[in-house]
Amino acid sequence: MQLTGAQALIKSLEMQGVDVMFGLPGGAILPVYDPIIDSSIRHILVRHEQGAGHMAEGYAMVTGKPGVAMVTSGPGATNIVTPLANAYMDSTPLVVVSGQVATGSIGTDAFQECDITGVTMGITKHNWLIKDVDDIPRVVAAAFHVATTGQPGPVLIDFPKDIANATMEWYWPTSVDELDLPGYHPLTVGDPELVRQAAGLIAGAHRPVLYVGGGVLKARAAGALRALAERTGIPVVTTLMARGAFPDSHPQCLGMPGMHGHYTAVTAMQRSDLLISLGARFDDRVTGKVSAFAPDAKIIHVDIDPAELGKVRTADVGIAGDCKLVVEELLSAMDASQEPVAQDLEAWWKQIHIWQERFPLYYDHADGGAIKPQMVVEQLRDAAPSDAIVVSGVGQHQMWASQYWRFDHPYTWVNSGGAGTMGFAVPASIGAKVGRPDRMVWAIDGDGCFQMTAQELVTATAEQIPVKIAILNNAYLGMVRQWQEMFYEERYSEVYLSPDLPDYVKWAEAMGCVGIRAESPEDVGPAIEKANSIDDRPVVVDFRTDAFEKVYPMVAAGQSNDDIVVHPDQEAQAR
Amino acid sequence: MSPTLSALPGGKTGTPRHHILSVLVENKAGVLSRVAGLFSRRGFNIYSLAVAPTDDNEHFSRITIVVDVESAPLEQVIMQLDKLVNVVSIGELAPSEAVERELLLVTVEVGPTERSQVIQLVGVFGGEVVSVGADRITVMLAGRPEKIDDFEGLLEQYTVVELQRTGRVALPKLDR
Repeated sequence: MQLTGAQALIKSLEMQGVDVMFGLPGGAILPVYDPIIDSSIRHILVRHEQGAGHMAEGYAMVTGKPGVAMVTSGPGATNIVTPLANAYMDSTPLVVVSGQVATGSIGTDAFQECDITGVTMGITKHNWLIKDVDDIPRVVAAAFHVATTGQPGPVLIDFPKDIANATMEWYWPTSVDELDLPGYHPLTVGDPELVRQAAGLIAGAHRPVLYVGGGVLKARAAGALRALAERTGIPVVTTLMARGAFPDSHPQCLGMPGMHGHYTAVTAMQRSDLLISLGARFDDRVTGKVSAFAPDAKIIHVDIDPAELGKVRTADVGIAGDCKLVVEELLSAMDASQEPVAQDLEAWWKQIHIWQERFPLYYDHADGGAIKPQMVVEQLRDAAPSDAIVVSGVGQHQMWASQYWRFDHPYTWVNSGGAGTMGFAVPASIGAKVGRPDRMVWAIDGDGCFQMTAQELVTATAEQIPVKIAILNNAYLGMVRQWQEMFYEERYSEVYLSPDLPDYVKWAEAMGCVGIRAESPEDVGPAIEKANSIDDRPVVVDFRTDAFEKVYPMVAAGQSNDDIVVHPDQEAQAR
Repeated sequence: MSPTLSALPGGKTGTPRHHILSVLVENKAGVLSRVAGLFSRRGFNIYSLAVAPTDDNEHFSRITIVVDVESAPLEQVIMQLDKLVNVVSIGELAPSEAVERELLLVTVEVGPTERSQVIQLVGVFGGEVVSVGADRITVMLAGRPEKIDDFEGLLEQYTVVELQRTGRVALPKLDR
């Protein structure tokens, strides 16, 4: 069967099981948009290519399937650079196809030419420039294989216009051996001897903590993790990337560690004698000052990326492998052991319960009569089904969402962790809703973030994707404001945004959404009720929140986690 | 890369802070850029780098990289390199377990008396005169990097017009 390159590309995507892709056409990618008309793949036309990338990320994070985006050359391709960088930091599987000028024009500074494989080399797991029409099926199959196996990540296929117009004899690779990837061997199981050593360390520990990162979700290991936690009785912390990997309502869950983590999660790690790190990478936002982090703890570090083992903190037992398989191996090793699998942790739990009682998450409900952003999150949470998906941008609202939501199911939390990409929430929530149309999807966004990508609500309206957006509108770039208040002597530099400019309700309505405003605490409940009752179009709720509210607890950048700052009302408590 | 490598921070070649990585890569467009880009974005220092096709030149090339291990632990460099999809295998060669060779080309300004001195020096080191001009000669020397260092040192008494070293290539020493 003879196909054009464009037809072969679309057919290859169909062969990979792609059911939806996000994109925006332009000159160099034009030939590829023609066969889309005849394809089974749903194409969602975005208003900006960054939106396509973040939608593909949101889709991938809730479905576990790779997100697919298509853009044209030059500025189309550079507009999707931020989502690629974001997906690379958070190990999200993406396949981005970018148009490119014809092969004969490459290197001539042709119209809308950009060396996008060069630009994205450091922020993709791999990328390809197709120079031969016969390579299309093989490269597409290789791209999906690389994006989804081992440590997942984004890949990019650069697709010159003349290749799209050339013809080829269709084929489809039937095995990995045909993908021409001699240097790519993704890891799977862990070394059994190291697994036995890990089991030995666990059996001897008196103050162990399971330090759970996003790798557990990527490995689809939530079930195995729960079995391990319940088998050993060890407390669990879930990082920002792992919220939902272990139920917040489980008595062994201590919440989120890190800069704005739960006091108990942070402090339990500091006092621990054994950290069992599963798919986490000792990020600076978790460790604080590395030399002062968990000083008495031995480390078991399980990660699919061998380069993570010892990158920040030397592991006593470092196991390179897939988290699910390694945890299952660990459980088998425990089954085979004649000895108890863990110490009696009663004294450790007693200490943990004291911390939990003294330092719960706290905010001053009454202060000033303004809407407290934390209260909005609590009420959104209480009004939503437990399997609702929550998406956030980056900043104070993100921390409050992570702190105050109750994540009881994996793949219900979508946020930009490693890269910290403002503007992530609106498009990512759209992608999440496309991936899970059966679920309620709430984006909890900041006013600063919302303004960066709000135009994608036009896409949501046009494509009938009924997402719900809660803007915690404090009229500031709130996290920056918080740092300026705390560390720059309240010298506020370029952080004020205004609560009324733009008018978020009018803006929402102009984009075909329902716009709702909540100005006082009494408005919050009815606003949420109304928003939840609408299911035929997107809803935007402008919550006018207290601009002076700060995120607590907090470990200042570069400080030891021992110096965690709690809410002023909690300072008198004995530590 | 500077033509006068020994003037770089770190001094002479072959010091303990240098390790040799022999990296087998796919012979595809942009691979060197991927490797070099990884080093720069991770803050790893390259002391020298040589790249050329292997015996299977249709598919694979070998990049010999001398890494400054003070900039990053060697394991970290290897693990990060190994994540590049086009990197097929990485061999670490400790200087004591490797056969290393390097080539030097140097043009020296020579008057009537100096000419014979330089030619004599080249002879002692087993080098070769490759080009002769009215008041300059270009010589070539291949050998262990330390030998090249010594030769380069002895040339300092003359006026060096231009000097180029290739950077090392290396293979593991064979078992006796």
